[in-house]
Amino acid sequence: MAKKKSNQIKWDYASAPESTGHIQLKDRYDLFIGGKWVKPSSGKYFDSINPANKKVIAKVAHANGSDVDKAVKAARKAYDEIWSRISPAERAKYIYRIARLMQERARELAVIESLDAGKVIRESRDVDVPLACNHFFYYAGWADKLEYAFPNRRVEPLGVAGQIIPWNFPLLMAAWKIAPALAAGNTIVLKPAETTSLTALKLAEIIKDSGLPDGVVNIVTGFGDTGAEIVNHKDINKIAFTGSTAVGKIIQKATAGTGKKLTLELGGKSANIIMDDAPLDQAVEGIINGIFFNQGHVCCAGSRLFVQENVADIVIEKLKHRMKSLIIGDPLDKNTDIGAINSKEQLDTINKYIKIGLKEGAEMYQTPCDLPKGGYYCAPTLFTGMSQSSVIVQEEIFGPVLTIQTFRTVDEVIQKANNTPYGLAAGVWTDKGSRIFNLTTKLKAGVIWANTYNKFDPTSPFGGYKESGYGREGGLHGLEAYVKLK
Amino acid sequence: MDRLKVLKTYKIYIGGKFPRTESGRYYTPTSGKGEALGNICLSSRKDVRNAVVAARKALGDWSERAAFNRSQILYRIAEMLEGRKEQFTEELVFQGLNAKQAKNEVELSIDRLIYYAGWCDKYQQILGSVNPVASSHFNFSNSEPMGVVGIITEGGTSLLSLVSLIAPVIAGGNTCVVLASEEKPLCAVTFAEVLHSSDVPGGVVNILTGQRNELIKPLAEHMDVNAIANDTRDKEVTLMLEESSVGNLKRIRSYDLNWEKYESQHLHLISDFQEVKTTWHPIENIGGASSTY
Amino acid sequence: MPARKFVNSDIPDFSQQAHIDKVGVEERVSRFQKRSIKNESKLQGLKMILNMIDLTTLEGKDTPGKVKQMCYKAAHLHDAHPGLPTVAAVCVYPAMVATAKKAVEGSDVKVASVSTAFPSGQAPRKVKLDDTKFAVDNGADEIDMVISRGKFLEGDYNFVFDEIAAIKEACGNARLKVILETGELVTLDNVRRASDIALYAGADFIKTSTGKIQPAATMQVTYTMLEAIRDYKLKTGIQVGMKPAGGISNSKLALHYLVMVKETLGEEWLTNEWFRFGASSLANDVLMQILKTETGVYQSSDYFSID
Repeated sequence: MAKKKSNQIKWDYASAPESTGHIQLKDRYDLFIGGKWVKPSSGKYFDSINPANKKVIAKVAHANGSDVDKAVKAARKAYDEIWSRISPAERAKYIYRIARLMQERARELAVIESLDAGKVIRESRDVDVPLACNHFFYYAGWADKLEYAFPNRRVEPLGVAGQIIPWNFPLLMAAWKIAPALAAGNTIVLKPAETTSLTALKLAEIIKDSGLPDGVVNIVTGFGDTGAEIVNHKDINKIAFTGSTAVGKIIQKATAGTGKKLTLELGGKSANIIMDDAPLDQAVEGIINGIFFNQGHVCCAGSRLFVQENVADIVIEKLKHRMKSLIIGDPLDKNTDIGAINSKEQLDTINKYIKIGLKEGAEMYQTPCDLPKGGYYCAPTLFTGMSQSSVIVQEEIFGPVLTIQTFRTVDEVIQKANNTPYGLAAGVWTDKGSRIFNLTTKLKAGVIWANTYNKFDPTSPFGGYKESGYGREGGLHGLEAYVKLK
Repeated sequence: MDRLKVLKTYKIYIGGKFPRTESGRYYTPTSGKGEALGNICLSSRKDVRNAVVAARKALGDWSERAAFNRSQILYRIAEMLEGRKEQFTEELVFQGLNAKQAKNEVELSIDRLIYYAGWCDKYQQILGSVNPVASSHFNFSNSEPMGVVGIITEGGTSLLSLVSLIAPVIAGGNTCVVLASEEKPLCAVTFAEVLHSSDVPGGVVNILTGQRNELIKPLAEHMDVNAIANDTRDKEVTLMLEESSVGNLKRIRSYDLNWEKYESQHLHLISDFQEVKTTWHPIENIGGASSTY
Repeated sequence: MPARKFVNSDIPDFSQQAHIDKVGVEERVSRFQKRSIKNESKLQGLKMILNMIDLTTLEGKDTPGKVKQMCYKAAHLHDAHPGLPTVAAVCVYPAMVATAKKAVEGSDVKVASVSTAFPSGQAPRKVKLDDTKFAVDNGADEIDMVISRGKFLEGDYNFVFDEIAAIKEACGNARLKVILETGELVTLDNVRRASDIALYAGADFIKTSTGKIQPAATMQVTYTMLEAIRDYKLKTGIQVGMKPAGGISNSKLALHYLVMVKETLGEEWLTNEWFRFGASSLANDVLMQILKTETGVYQSSDYFSID
């Protein structure tokens, strides 16, 4: 055969940045309390930074105890005077209206989310924002149907809900918290994570535009100290927290004996299990989606891969091949697959674990690529050759770092998969129906993806077993977190 | 001359066996009239540990049994209790109730077991759901037992509160470690004998007697206990339970129900000890994933 | 191209093939379609597409006149615009091979001939071999055979395998494209199995469709075949080409096929030696897009010849 000149072909995708021209961002954001923008009583603001270039996007108010108290008072007043009195059907209409307004401004929200969180625009545009809108749509309809959700019980709202959300899915987590709480008739004080406040503040604008009565939703920005003020506030009836298990435990302790209803959605170290009869190419996609979705900043990330020994070589080969086509770069580029790590702090954490992995003697593979300069980036990383007791197998890394273990039998993998304090999610890949049900029954986790991974839907309950927290978000079961049942 | 009565030895119930406490200690609670109820085992934290080990070991088999089978077994417990009605009535009277109250408590307890026996193969149908997700996946949520549940009974009613919590917990496929009423422990031990003769596998229910203050903390802190049913109605205890259970994020359920009321038996006492598991699987060719193929 | 020789143990048991999850395939395909191809990469891609087209006429009413016109178009896509490549090949019936060969003389355009009682393949093996030899003897550079779908669906995989191997031998130096006619195989599991049979039996290209059966090429089917090609390369080190045919009529879709090839197989497949589009109306749409990209003005089909 003639010598091929074909190897010289190079076809790269030209940059395709999403336009930021249409977004509206203020230089400085105050607190959203009682339907108004209120300056923080300390006068302090902090920077919200774009992790892809370390530039300041906006300044955000730092709420202290007196600001939180103001917000709780506004929420209490709104609860007593309006929200607990209007008809459930009217409540539903307000929530529907918020959902619609979010849809109308979907692209703007997606761009801001990508700017603020380092999340790739394809995901914020196609996953985060539509799911957030749909969550409001879904729960809106529950507002006047609550009695159907809890047979033989009387349903009442709890009162004022304090909600603290993480930085990995800023707007989506706000939606997960706010929508069911409103539907059930509660009023809200919500605190977004300090690195990703902006879409919650945009949501506050939308809520204001929707005409929702003042004080029904209050948004206070700040750090852990602000969150602690919410957790410890005496006039809050409910705390909903999504974040790390360590902080979750502090919150459980802080609310002990107070009668505050508590739901926690915490960490995970979820197993993704590939059996030898699995649709291997789709399984490889599932592995990629399981660990590299949102840079691995996903509490249910499939961070522990278990591959049956007789297909391990081919799966790893396919996985490495697939990883070559992942594009790491500007989160705003429509072709980027993996964006920026959310913050310097998180990048340091991930790098710490990578070092530990190497020190533990694990073998590392990283996609050969040039990481963009000027931002917080981490190459997709695989580790092989660890044991069940390795730190990188045990602890949540919350980054694009996958550990790969092999197994021989179904019983062995069930044991290893369940051998963790966490129990948030798991993935199972096999073509055999009876085996799917065997595995999905025995794996101790709140969400099991069979022949798929990292799928979310407003109708689908999400939440963990064991130290991954308690309570469910989404679906009929998600309502329970926000009602008093008698 | 009257025949000399044979007195009963009250022991604890762990893993389907009736050992004495490993500590060798005992205490002697008294009836309302000041009579000694008996030499009751003063269980230790090691007994708690042994009971949790037994409960964990029994969990796999019990939770995987057919719901119908669990239902049959709960019904069987009720049958056996019915047969021992007189003994329980006697003990309740000895512990301080009048005859009518005692009869009522035993009968309520039997009926409560029947109630939860009926739920075993039904609660999944009420608590579960098929979730209509927008993508091409079949998605359903079902209930799974939380695992090992600690049950701390209330002091007032000796048998009824015990049955009212054990029944929904095991109906839902959990196993349990029960701290009997400190003041009125007799029925708890006798109930263990009923369980033992009712096809309940060893370890599914473990019953300890002793001092609440000594036993609650090791139970609440135990990393292999998944949930606690708290019927103490004591704020201090509730606070302590919620604080000490942080280690493994136990689910704490505190009750303040009048067990004598019919409404105090409810599906939610089962669902309180269930985890919701949601499962996804792709479906070929339905709305959401449009296909031209 | 000489036939490849394997020892038996290298050849997989085709009754035990990999399973394909269709929903997963659809998700992956939708990711290719989300790639945004702009500016210089679009222009480069469009030109590659032109150069990968097998311009095709396969009709009962084909005449030497029609074939000659098409061959002229193949080498002169749009002379008003200099610097454009030619298409890769013209694809005709065996009876037209001699005419086509003469018409493309002096250009880079190859002549491909369908054979083996195209499109149904319902003929004795001897007829199929003669059909192939006739086309090769008349100067065909490439042979597009069809597999025996009836035998395949019957489960007689050995028959299908042996037939492909026999045709491969008859091809001599001509490159063999094996048409699976995926629209008749129905499931992706079958597509994968048929791909593997064709690959191990010696195909130089595997091809989706005859164009006579609907559905013809889809991205899902093509993706499944690309995975088979990739696995075959990983296992044997041998590179095989891919040709989706039928139903790819606009530039945007064709660009997404290129994305799929690049991300599934790699850039070394992005040449007409390893990737082809079987299409007739695609060329003009690509031409119009190229002109639009270069001039910024939306084009009219009235200005592009239809041959």
